[in-house]
Amino acid sequence: MDEYKLTHLKELESEGIYVMREVAAQFERPVLLFSGGKDSIVLVHLALKAFWPAPIPFPLLHIDTGHNFEETLLFRDELVKRLNARLIVGSVQESINTGRVVEESGYNASRNVLQTVTLLDTIEKYKFDAAIGGGRRDEEKARAKERFFSHRDEFGQWDPKNQRPELWYLFNGRKKMGEHFRVFPISNWTEMDVWQYILKENIALPNIYFTHEREVFFRDGVWLAAAPFMKLKPGEKVERRRVRCRTVGDITCTGLTLSTADTLEDIIREIAATRVTERGGRYDDKRSDAAMEDRKKEGYF
Amino acid sequence: MKMQEADNGNMGFSSKAYLDMELLRFTTAGSVDDGKSTLIGRLLYDSKSIFEDQLDAVKRASLKKGGDFLNLALLTDGLRAEREQGITIDVAYRYFATPKRKFIIADTPGHIQYTRNMVTGASTANAAIILIDARNGVTEQTHRHAYIAGLLGIPHLIICINKMDLLDFNREVYDNIRTDFEKFTRRVFAGKDVRFIPISALNGDNVVKPSTNTPWYTGDTLLTTLENIPVTNDNNLVNPRFPVQYVIRPESEKFHDYRGYTGRIASGVFHKDDRVVVLPSRFESTIRSIDTFDGPLREAFAPQSVTITLADDIDISRGDMIVKPDDMPVETNDIEVIVCWMSPRPLEVNKKYFLRHTTREVRCLIKEVVYTLNINTLEHITGNTTLRMNDIALVKMRTTQPLFIDPYTKNRITGSLILIDEATFETVGAGMIV
Repeated sequence: MDEYKLTHLKELESEGIYVMREVAAQFERPVLLFSGGKDSIVLVHLALKAFWPAPIPFPLLHIDTGHNFEETLLFRDELVKRLNARLIVGSVQESINTGRVVEESGYNASRNVLQTVTLLDTIEKYKFDAAIGGGRRDEEKARAKERFFSHRDEFGQWDPKNQRPELWYLFNGRKKMGEHFRVFPISNWTEMDVWQYILKENIALPNIYFTHEREVFFRDGVWLAAAPFMKLKPGEKVERRRVRCRTVGDITCTGLTLSTADTLEDIIREIAATRVTERGGRYDDKRSDAAMEDRKKEGYF
Repeated sequence: MKMQEADNGNMGFSSKAYLDMELLRFTTAGSVDDGKSTLIGRLLYDSKSIFEDQLDAVKRASLKKGGDFLNLALLTDGLRAEREQGITIDVAYRYFATPKRKFIIADTPGHIQYTRNMVTGASTANAAIILIDARNGVTEQTHRHAYIAGLLGIPHLIICINKMDLLDFNREVYDNIRTDFEKFTRRVFAGKDVRFIPISALNGDNVVKPSTNTPWYTGDTLLTTLENIPVTNDNNLVNPRFPVQYVIRPESEKFHDYRGYTGRIASGVFHKDDRVVVLPSRFESTIRSIDTFDGPLREAFAPQSVTITLADDIDISRGDMIVKPDDMPVETNDIEVIVCWMSPRPLEVNKKYFLRHTTREVRCLIKEVVYTLNINTLEHITGNTTLRMNDIALVKMRTTQPLFIDPYTKNRITGSLILIDEATFETVGAGMIV
């Protein structure tokens, strides 16, 4: 029977496709949360495979903090055009303008937390009942307890201590009016799985994932990109370095890696040798030991 | 273990090897006292799956709790409430890989009030690790864990006899526990693949590295065992079952008349040109193609996600099942199910629930609780009409629409179901069809 055997990446792909189809079957108005990062790009690839030869039956939603890397936005627009997909943009700037949120101030000001409000407002506005996200359980300890189908109450909140048990592959997407689900098709993938899959499938990525020269500065052990809205502390200085992103969030919270990796093979070698977690470079997780858990409860990605 | 620098070795994954790895899902049952968290921490640490920033956090936490020992158990810390109370509330999933395999651990709490979590973790596992504290031997908790592993059809059991260091790695202790356990398993599940390993999770004996303290033990270490357990036969590749998940109709110019039935093959193998029957309509047709984004397949097998097209235009929708005429599942409205109850709202006879089985959802009526199981003594208790949280019982139910079923012992996909509360929409029960 040895010929009837799937490699682990094939099995994870099959699982991801199954989850995508389950979303399309169980929900009326699903949406795919697209950040322009590698995980959400893999989601789009899985959605493409799940519904081929039909188009992806739901739109992509990008929550734009207004502090994005320009390369990410260009990539997003090109991808949407190529797939003939529908894109919806939720704007944090708009949430600020309308007074839904108040901009943080100070050196570590970030719109990362504000995104949650924009996300929940957009979900409510379009009456989305399922939001597909690229969260992985290996990323962070609060994510390790996340379900494939994760229930959110009418305030968009996650109650980690009272989650629905998830057995076999029988996903329960039943919900009350106003509630929604977050769905995580690549729950069981690790960072290395994602990179090896991108290599195997030859999936295009924004070029900020590859080495490039950029103006950066060093803060609390993390390299950050210089930008007009990034306020420097006394003693911090901007310098030019060869860097790349290991994860992509907005500019205020994306730590950059000093790297000369300019192919997927180089990146994989670099990740195999690295001894720091992917989110170790994420400024947003450094706020407290339970930073992710707290944000997730409120309705974060 | 004394604090020391992590070995910064490259894990040595070449892409070629990586593309050829298998997946093993296993569950660990045991309580904090058995050293379960320490064992998982040890596996992750010694297989070099721990990153420096995670290790730094554990070092800081270890120092905070006093002593210069690196507390590996802290590596598996989860939610804030769990950290504060030093307990595990929910199933946590953890990942590590060796050049041979990728592992998914469903880490479940072991106390009796968490039976539902253990059942959840066990439902997708190929293997279960059951921890026994060598000082206590086989306990009721051991029986419960082994019983649940057997009930959920986990094909491989690995019994780790832990804390051998506290008993001078005494062979007699190991032999006695093994004999005790085998007495029990002979009653509960004959013919299973059961292995025993003497370990010390704290010091690492026989976890990743073979121990010099157990010269009398000639078997593999835990990691070697996990790497080599045969998993290919864990999927049912005999009985072809294809629950239709979602129908694709592109209605585009190029694919004008295309009608594809998508799904994940539950079991067995399907080939192009196979003669098939669609349930419940019983219309027969022939597989015209097995499609994927990457091109058509000549044959497909469990657990592949594919799209099947048929030679004839028949009305098929989600919840239907494509099978072969010479190998049909049982079609019935009356089922007997071993139920594990998962809700504080009790199951009651004459109550109705939503029932989800493969991609099919129906309603069901609870007809009878045949018996409830005393999970510690395995006695059958009759006369109950309700089930409480964590109860395991044999229940008769009747469904509004027929289901296409196989016994759970033959097919973990077409033999399993969940019950959903009609008022709260919560998942309240897990069922294994008898």
